[in-house]
Amino acid sequence: MLFSLLIAPAAAEAALPPSNPGTPPMSDSPWSLLPAASANAEALDTLYIFFWILCGVAFVGMIGVQAYFMWKYKKPAHGHAKTSPLTHNGKLEFIWSAIPTVFFVILFIWGEVEYMKQVTPPPDAMDVRVTGQKWSWTIEYPEVKGCSLTNDLYVPVGQPMRLTMTSVDVIHSFYLPAFRLKKDVVPGRYTVLWFEATKAGLYPLMCTEYCGDEHSSMVGRVHVVPQEEYQAVLAKACELKQGDAETAEDFGARVVTRGGCASCHTTDGTVKTGPSFKGLFGKTETLADGSTITVDENYIRESILEPNAKIVSGFSPQMPSFAGRFDDKQIAALIAYIKAQK
Amino acid sequence: MSTAVQSQDPHPAVEPSYLVSKRGLMSWLVTVDHKRLGLMYLASVMFFFLIAGILAIVLRTELFTPDQDFMSAQTYNQVFTLHGAIMVFLFIIPSVPAALGNFLLPLMLGAKDVAFPRLNLLSFYVYSVAAVFLIVAILTSGLDTGWTFYTPYSTSTGTAVITATAGVFIAGFSSILTGLNFVVTVHKMRAPGMNWNRMPLFVWAIYSTAVIQVLATPVLAITLLLLIVERSLGIGIFDPAMGGDPVLFQHFFWFYSHPAVYIMILPGFGIISEIITVHSRKHIFGYKAIALSSVAIAVISFVVWGHHLFVSGQSELAGVLFSFLTFAVGVPTAIKVFSWVATLYGGSIQYNTACWYGMAFLWTFTVGGLTGLPLSTLAIDVHLHDTYFVVAHFHYVMVGGTVVAFIGGLHHWWPKMTGRMFNETAGKWGCLLVFVGFNVTFMTQFFLGHQGMPRRYYAYLPEYQVMHQVSTIGSYILALGLLWTLIYLLHSLWKGDKAPSNPWGAVTLEWQTQSPPIEHNFHETPHIHGSPYDFPEIDKSAGALHH
Repeated sequence: MLFSLLIAPAAAEAALPPSNPGTPPMSDSPWSLLPAASANAEALDTLYIFFWILCGVAFVGMIGVQAYFMWKYKKPAHGHAKTSPLTHNGKLEFIWSAIPTVFFVILFIWGEVEYMKQVTPPPDAMDVRVTGQKWSWTIEYPEVKGCSLTNDLYVPVGQPMRLTMTSVDVIHSFYLPAFRLKKDVVPGRYTVLWFEATKAGLYPLMCTEYCGDEHSSMVGRVHVVPQEEYQAVLAKACELKQGDAETAEDFGARVVTRGGCASCHTTDGTVKTGPSFKGLFGKTETLADGSTITVDENYIRESILEPNAKIVSGFSPQMPSFAGRFDDKQIAALIAYIKAQK
Repeated sequence: MSTAVQSQDPHPAVEPSYLVSKRGLMSWLVTVDHKRLGLMYLASVMFFFLIAGILAIVLRTELFTPDQDFMSAQTYNQVFTLHGAIMVFLFIIPSVPAALGNFLLPLMLGAKDVAFPRLNLLSFYVYSVAAVFLIVAILTSGLDTGWTFYTPYSTSTGTAVITATAGVFIAGFSSILTGLNFVVTVHKMRAPGMNWNRMPLFVWAIYSTAVIQVLATPVLAITLLLLIVERSLGIGIFDPAMGGDPVLFQHFFWFYSHPAVYIMILPGFGIISEIITVHSRKHIFGYKAIALSSVAIAVISFVVWGHHLFVSGQSELAGVLFSFLTFAVGVPTAIKVFSWVATLYGGSIQYNTACWYGMAFLWTFTVGGLTGLPLSTLAIDVHLHDTYFVVAHFHYVMVGGTVVAFIGGLHHWWPKMTGRMFNETAGKWGCLLVFVGFNVTFMTQFFLGHQGMPRRYYAYLPEYQVMHQVSTIGSYILALGLLWTLIYLLHSLWKGDKAPSNPWGAVTLEWQTQSPPIEHNFHETPHIHGSPYDFPEIDKSAGALHH
């Protein structure tokens, strides 16, 4: 495409928000639909194509008649032509009221039937809990003890999943474009979303209800994996222990991913809602009350467990506490990771 | 049937026009002349259109690349909020009713002024106070809630929500007072002989709009007041942490704001009916259908608000009912569009700038209307909700519908309002740039939306980049067209030819007095004997065929 030449592919690659490593391409062509990775998506695409054909015909028909009249009844070069005294025509008006009505009823009923399928989870659906917060998704699997993922949802192919969702702060909206589904995630109540994935792959997950500064960064991934691999993949994803051959820094990088830290903290020096990790360690910062502090192990540890205790001037108290979510080894690895971002 | 109007001005230009009948700044500041107030509104709404338009260009420029470019997230969020809030509350809601409506309504009815001229002046100052509140909010700590003020975000963010909502609350009163004034004016001030079937369709549209303004705006006022009470006194109404219900806010908000969509578009329909008839020398096709469909849209618009809540967690039954009712609005809307096209049949179409805008409107509004259908279809809306598809759809209705009609109307009535003719060639170039720029900007966004691009993102996945860039370039073309239009219109004020009283050969009453009109509009009260669309070119001998 012409305009993609304006920005070199390498630059586009680098522009990928760091919170979304590995978000797959949604579609190669702006004219094609998204990948359809659920039964719902396939059914909706049929309805959507019906709509486009219907509207295409209606639009071309109407604009065609308009264009014909515009050409045919152009004013002569001098003066005006005598014009038609037509003021109304009951039969014609009835027809052009009735035909749209019929199509509207078809669209309404079709949409209603598909919608009822969308909102009725089958009884054998597997439960997942989703919690929205500024600005990440916490995803928990009741059947895996202590498993709490951030921005990563794992689902097996062909297994209906029921997501019971709530928010701890403002309204978010859980949007899975490849499944053509979304549902608002509302504080103080549960909302439910269900789907059955049909195609293995990696698909984006996005927030579609404006929720503040890093709304745009509340992007995650849905990993659809074959049934037989699912248990192993999930167990591996849930495990957050330093591997035998893994450095503390590499393990720290995994902890950062698990915490969803990248929504607010970059590693390239760009300041988002929180300070960038780049060059952070050892820096002397001024707090809101004017006192200064050096960013060392103790300050980072405190900021993870009690984020609002000492806020650096220019930032606002937005970070949730990770007390109880990260253990000492994970925090130590995280500090090692931050140290390494020079 | 004789010609509609008997009061052809017998003494042209013996009295000074409303523009010069009184002089000095004070004569404008305390004027109760509906025409001067119309011009003052016009200058105000154009100022805010310019400001909010610049904000739009800033947003589109930031979106040229997927990454964060020159604005922080906080700045972007404030800019899109202000773009929406200023466009909706300070530009588009008052645009046609308060500016063109004020100027034209009494003239079209053959009246000297609106029913309550002093109330009209008060409305203008109430609007000005509202604007000051919004500007103060912007200059103090900004506003980052989106123009919809959704709770609990709006009750927890640190920005100037109370100042801004107070501004919108006050703007609402201006809207209510203007609406009330117009309803009474239409009922009580029509010239002798002008029964309801002889009112110009612009008057019908303004009348339907005024009814919605009076009935719906108080609900917005109450909702915003509750929001202010919750924020300032800590009384739990919408915030679940205090025992409130955040979705309740959405119900309250859209109970006003959906009818408000029709406050924005119905007056545009009125303008199009006038433009198409006058410039094609044809009686409007289906006068009653067009007039009554405005009323039908006004009534149904009150029971469709739930289509903004299809994915909010409202009950499935509610979703189904609101989906059905939303389709019901489509029928009278379709009738209008078909009737306008049918009006062209057998006409003698004069392609001047106003007519070009009328033709452009039929294209852009039809796209806007048709793309409302998938959003009314429950299952498809679940996918498209809060994506760029919605952004594109409502810009096709608000800009492609209302703004295109507004600019068309401005050209149509410019000679009457200012007494000057603008350059037609310049006007057509402006229209072409606006039409092309607009379609490039927003057609692209339909594709972005169905690909899943969510609204209100300052940074996005690189897959969307190409379409975002096309859209941004389109927005520059659109901005160029609008600036060009501003320039030649302002130029015409000083250099334009003097306008005759009726340059387009229209039959409605505003053209039967001098341009610009005298302070009291008419030398003697006009008497109405026929239709406002009874043009001399109509071939009456062929009439028997069509009844």
